[in-house]
Amino acid sequence: MASSSLFLILILIVIVVYVFGRKRSEILAQAVGGVRNLHSLPNYYGLMAAVWAAVPGLLLLGAWLAFENTVIQNMVTAGLPDHINSLTESELGLVWMEISNLQLGAISGASDPSYLAAIDRLEALRASSQIGKTVLVLSLTVLGGLIGWRLIRPEQKARNQFEGVLRLLLLLSSLIAILTTVGIVFSVMFESIRFFQTVPITDFVFGTKWSPQMALNAEVAGSSGAFGAIPLFVGTLLIASIALIVAVPIGLMTAVYLVEYASPKMRSIVKPLLEVLAGIPTVVYGFFAALTMAPQLKTFFENLGADPVSSESALAAGLVMGIMIIPFVSSLADDVINAVPNSMRDGSYGLGATRSETIKLVVFPAALPGIVSGVLLAASRAIGETMIVVMAAGLAANLTGNPLEAVTTVTVQIATLLVGDQEFDSPKTLSAFALGLMLFITTLMLNIVALAVVKRFREQYD
Amino acid sequence: MTDQTLNAIERLALVKQERMTANLSKRYGKEKRFRFFGMASIVLGLTFLAVLLGTIFTAGFSTFFSSEIKLTIHYDAAALGITDLNDEDQVRLADWSQLVKQALKKRFPEVSGRKQLRQMNGLSSSISIYILKDRLMANPALLGTTEDLWLMADDEVDAYMKGQVDPSLPELERRFNDFQISLVDDLIASGEMKKTFNTTFFTNGDSREPEQAGIRGAMIGSLFTLLVTLSLSFPIGIAAAIYLEEFAPKNRYTEIIEVNINNLAAVPSIVFGLLGLAVFINLFHLPRSAPLVGGLVLTLMTLPTIIISSRSSIKAVPPSIREAALGLGASKMQTVLHHVLPLAMPGMLTGTIIGMAQALGETAPLLMIGMIAFIADVPNSPLDPSTVLPVQVYLWSDLPERAFVAKTSGAIMVLLGFLAVMNLIAVFLRKKFEQRW
Repeated sequence: MASSSLFLILILIVIVVYVFGRKRSEILAQAVGGVRNLHSLPNYYGLMAAVWAAVPGLLLLGAWLAFENTVIQNMVTAGLPDHINSLTESELGLVWMEISNLQLGAISGASDPSYLAAIDRLEALRASSQIGKTVLVLSLTVLGGLIGWRLIRPEQKARNQFEGVLRLLLLLSSLIAILTTVGIVFSVMFESIRFFQTVPITDFVFGTKWSPQMALNAEVAGSSGAFGAIPLFVGTLLIASIALIVAVPIGLMTAVYLVEYASPKMRSIVKPLLEVLAGIPTVVYGFFAALTMAPQLKTFFENLGADPVSSESALAAGLVMGIMIIPFVSSLADDVINAVPNSMRDGSYGLGATRSETIKLVVFPAALPGIVSGVLLAASRAIGETMIVVMAAGLAANLTGNPLEAVTTVTVQIATLLVGDQEFDSPKTLSAFALGLMLFITTLMLNIVALAVVKRFREQYD
Repeated sequence: MTDQTLNAIERLALVKQERMTANLSKRYGKEKRFRFFGMASIVLGLTFLAVLLGTIFTAGFSTFFSSEIKLTIHYDAAALGITDLNDEDQVRLADWSQLVKQALKKRFPEVSGRKQLRQMNGLSSSISIYILKDRLMANPALLGTTEDLWLMADDEVDAYMKGQVDPSLPELERRFNDFQISLVDDLIASGEMKKTFNTTFFTNGDSREPEQAGIRGAMIGSLFTLLVTLSLSFPIGIAAAIYLEEFAPKNRYTEIIEVNINNLAAVPSIVFGLLGLAVFINLFHLPRSAPLVGGLVLTLMTLPTIIISSRSSIKAVPPSIREAALGLGASKMQTVLHHVLPLAMPGMLTGTIIGMAQALGETAPLLMIGMIAFIADVPNSPLDPSTVLPVQVYLWSDLPERAFVAKTSGAIMVLLGFLAVMNLIAVFLRKKFEQRW
């Protein structure tokens, strides 16, 4: 039976158990003098019985689905002759692909006679797995339902038990955030460690030459590719600093104007409009950078007499990225400037300072920790931004500080290395995970520092 | 005091006053300049927005219209080589393009020569042969008869119709030559050429032929992806928010969870793509390019947003509500589920919609899990390989044909339209259900 129909049947059984559980509690209630003498409302007895029915079956079904393929694959490949089993992991993967395609009838003609036996085994295993799954899951569900049904009696604390189950579910949901972090750290770490086994970490962090494509043909003597990530770090920093040079002044001044000068009406119009900039998908910015900004900048600078400007200049990507993070900076700055109490401004005005003097000498210093942390968060956003640079910055790893040349960034390299099919044991693919690790650590540090700055230097008013 | 000293003091005061006025005007000047910078940065920001949207809308607007040619099609059994429409082999092998070629030849009897004939036949889009085939198969009585049909024109004809081809350029620099221009001009003069609303753009999947490429596949892919994301992230996000806000004891562990969620919100989206690739595809062997995996990755990505906004809307429910419920004998769980949750729901929905809008516009993590392949078919389930709207934009933006620039902009307009609607719903919800306690 297909898993989806099995799932539906399971849900049906659970509903039936709920209805019967409810009924049973009502019948039992008559013996003790009405529903009011039960510990909980009949609803909770039904729900608790349903939980008994649903949980074991669902858990088993989930586990079965998660491990079915892997187990079958291992059992089938284990039965293959030794000369095949001694192949490398990726070649075994190909063999497995061929066997499963043969079994589906997608291709015909096995390249090795032993595959035919494997196909039979595969089919037998699949069939017995189907039957086993259906029988086990359904009987477990029914058994659970029966136990739940039997447990119903007037003094059962059904509501407390059911609330306990719900509470556990809530706790599990909140743990998913932790699981995600752990998942990120482990998946990135794991592959990075494999990468650093082939390429020393010092070469990676301090090397100045990046050309992972060479690593494709490992047979060619001495060409293990060059994995020096310095050009990528420099490119990333170059583009991110251009973006910050654009975004920080504009964003800050916008926030200052909106908080200190603008009328409420103007504020209510301008603020949402600027936030539209934050809602536009990054791929749109990338398209704009590649198609409009880059050619314009190229003609502009070549008319000025600059050397041939690359059509994938760091400047175009940086400028557009700057536009993208303006609303980010301005809304963070807006919040912290708003939080500076008015009494401080009034004091400054009372001493004869003009508005701009008040802003520069009183409001800014008071809001500085918040502003610094906002800028750090913007920087982390700029470093992690992918689509704009993928579309508008180049692929060539130039080690240069010239914004008119093409540079590449960490995110561009991750994206290009991992798009398409890839084998998971070549350093070329694994290097993307090492870059991802660097990216993760950098943005994490920026966030932690940003939070620490706010915590440490925030002035407590009122 | 002598007159002299008085004079000296007056003089000093005068000098001081002069200095102060000078200083004051300088300070006011500074004030003005500062204000001007503030105004200028707002104007600059808004100009960027206007230029960005303006460029895309002007480039993309033409996508929503396409050119059609009126052709008199004669369903000639001999030209098709079909004797029996029920014979599948005959239908498959029939040369459907002959119908269009004959119609064009009848319209322009004077054209001869291989090259010119080929150029003339190139006026009609290759999609017409499928349309003709479908028409005939649906209505076999048409065989042998003649009818007038509006058929889609090639993308170069379309570009000429939209004024994107400059006839004054030397012929060699154009992909559309003088001969073809003369034919199209002739058709325009006799009213056999028209611009209509481009339905193909919304009904077709991706294609290598610009005039046939549509966004339906990407739209359905986006829909499936968002459905998976919504059905996972909404319940989990709300459950997590409820736990953290109402039940969690205030200790080190819950603090770790909190810091974690805040940090996750700032992790670059491409890192989530790496996670999806390593865990969902390599570890669990889920299918590549499937909306299911895309939805899972986007769930992890949007969860922090939803949790954070849900928590703030739970926080906004006043404690008096909880105390009243508890006072009447409700358990903690009943209080939360029956009283706090309904009151916090509008805020949670707003946060969820904003999270979904984020997920709809996300591209980078989906590239990692392979939703970038060229897929012409419209997906039927969350397990079919597919692509999503922003990835379609990325794919088209890479193609060299001029018509794809307009297509890309058109797809962006559709994407922005969806985002605008979602955000407007969020704003509406917030306005309608916002409560001040």
